Amino acid sequence: MSRERLTELFAECRAEGRAALMPYMTVGLPSPEESVQLFVAMAEAGADGFEVGIPYADPLMDGPTIQAAGERALAAGSGVEVGLDLLGQIVTQTGKPCVVMTYVNPILRMGIEVFADRVAGAGASGVIVADLPVDEADVFIEAFEARGIGLVLFVAPTTTEQRLSRVLKADPPFVYGVAELGVTGVRTTASSHIPSLVSRVRRHSEVPVVAGVGISTPDQARAAASDADGVIVGSALVRGVLLANDVGEAEELLRIAIGDLARAVRPPR
Amino acid sequence: MPALEQLEVEFTKAWADPGFHQELDDLLRDFVGRPTPVYRAARLSDRLGIDLYLKREDLAHTGAHKINNTMGQALLTKRMGKRRVIAETGAGQHGVATATACALLGQECVVYMGEKDIERQALNVHRMRMLGTEVRPVTSGAGTLKDAVSAAMRDWVSSVDGTHYIIGSVVGPHPFPWMVRELQKVIGEELLEQMDGSSPHRPVPDVIVACVGGGSNAMGVFYPYAGSGVDLVGVEAAGFGLESGHHGASLVAGSPGVIHGSMTYLLQDDQGQILEAHSISAGLDYPGVGPEHSYFKDHGMVRYVSITDEEAVEAVHLLASIEGIIPALESAHALAWITKEAKSLEGKTVVLNLSGRGDKDVQQIVDAE
Ligand SMILES: Cc1ncc(COP(=O)(O)O)c(C=O)c1O
Repeated sequence: MSRERLTELFAECRAEGRAALMPYMTVGLPSPEESVQLFVAMAEAGADGFEVGIPYADPLMDGPTIQAAGERALAAGSGVEVGLDLLGQIVTQTGKPCVVMTYVNPILRMGIEVFADRVAGAGASGVIVADLPVDEADVFIEAFEARGIGLVLFVAPTTTEQRLSRVLKADPPFVYGVAELGVTGVRTTASSHIPSLVSRVRRHSEVPVVAGVGISTPDQARAAASDADGVIVGSALVRGVLLANDVGEAEELLRIAIGDLARAVRPPR
Repeated sequence: MPALEQLEVEFTKAWADPGFHQELDDLLRDFVGRPTPVYRAARLSDRLGIDLYLKREDLAHTGAHKINNTMGQALLTKRMGKRRVIAETGAGQHGVATATACALLGQECVVYMGEKDIERQALNVHRMRMLGTEVRPVTSGAGTLKDAVSAAMRDWVSSVDGTHYIIGSVVGPHPFPWMVRELQKVIGEELLEQMDGSSPHRPVPDVIVACVGGGSNAMGVFYPYAGSGVDLVGVEAAGFGLESGHHGASLVAGSPGVIHGSMTYLLQDDQGQILEAHSISAGLDYPGVGPEHSYFKDHGMVRYVSITDEEAVEAVHLLASIEGIIPALESAHALAWITKEAKSLEGKTVVLNLSGRGDKDVQQIVDAE
């Protein structure tokens, strides 16, 4: 059951008194052939798991960096099919739990069951669907659960208590705590929402809360890690890959950034 | 999203409040100029062998039906205690209508508009700025309506506390398609009264034809007639031709999926990537369509057809030269279908919903010739 790999990861991190570092990366950058090695480099530098982003032409919840990454990856030949093929390689070569990040439409197009088969077949642990509200999620959850993978659900500062209880009842492998309202992207300030989000969830449940959106610097990651079970950093890493001249440089930038972030999610010695 | 739930509650309450209707109706009458007239296009009727009437939305203030929706939503914004408004625009008509309502009500206004549309609808960009609105260029994707909607939605997820998003058509997540339909159905309600069969000058229509981009003018005129037996025809953009793959005909040539928070027909590839639409008319250049039109299509309540760029431009010239009315390129799609189908429509009473006037398109048409 691949969902359990996430459960194990969070248990392990809790035992070590730290948060898990779960970077986001668009799959297929800088090219489909060179993509997997970036994930391997991040794993070696201290990433605990990944959000593997399927490039999408109209990513509503993403800011300019991940939009640009999606366009670049699609132009380089990546896409839903290629992305899911690479996902299997990422899981095997990094040995880390992976969660697929995508949008509703490509899943519907493929068929929910077929998509779930592909994700489970690749050995991934879960799926994040950026534009899927919990009220519409039942058929997805059913298909995923039947294959031992989980649907991650969002909780934001604006989420009502009623909705929160629906999210928790759906039993996600972890809750994606939206640290900053708005789309993904680099923010200059540290989020103040995480402590209250985590404590709101904790009042009802022990489900892991992973903080994401707007976390890019080690300081922001450190702040989030003191409350959350995991930290997602996306745009800041993707930006490096987009700026790099070649895959070697991209790898180097990622190793440096992940090294800093991996220290930040651990308590000071 | 809690914001959508809140909006649904607020609009439900406002729409049940006679005070809200009073304020809106007064503005629609005195500021917008409603009811808009129905005009019998005598020369064109003779030429085509049909009895052709134009529902003159082009005569509404700012030159299109879009203002019916923006007046209502701007009043709702005030009622919700919000001070800032955002909107997307394609042809710029919705942007101008939003800018106008915001100027009138003293609201701050930001309009997202694709780069390509800023270029081809320059007149409307100047109008928005003159009305005190900030026009923000959108460079992602093809720089057209889809990208402008996405940009506005991205703004709204972080600004929702003090900002209302005035969406420009019957698209987007619930409650938008419903709310915009409610605000636009005034077109069809007026038409029911104006053409009630009470005299030979006011025959009941056999056919009503409207262009479909997101679908708001069509929904506005169709909705009160749905199920009445009147033949309803929605005209989409065939762009360079359906077989070219460059068009905006989501209902005619698309397949079901999810775009901008609604489940509807859309243009997509075999992996579910949303495709770029193409139409000479910026207002029809959108790969999705309002979900209620998808319902109408699936239930056979409306016929959906398409018209190419070339046919639309021809129709602009036709109406200008023999009726003295320059229609918007969007509306010209509906007229082009009528002229093309004149034979099968022979002897029938046909209403064209003339959704807007064509001043904004003159430069583009002249440049292309
Ligand atoms: C004059 C006119 N007609 C039609 C449309 C298309 O929109 P809808 O299908 O929502 O009426 C537009 C959009 O910009 C427009 O300006």
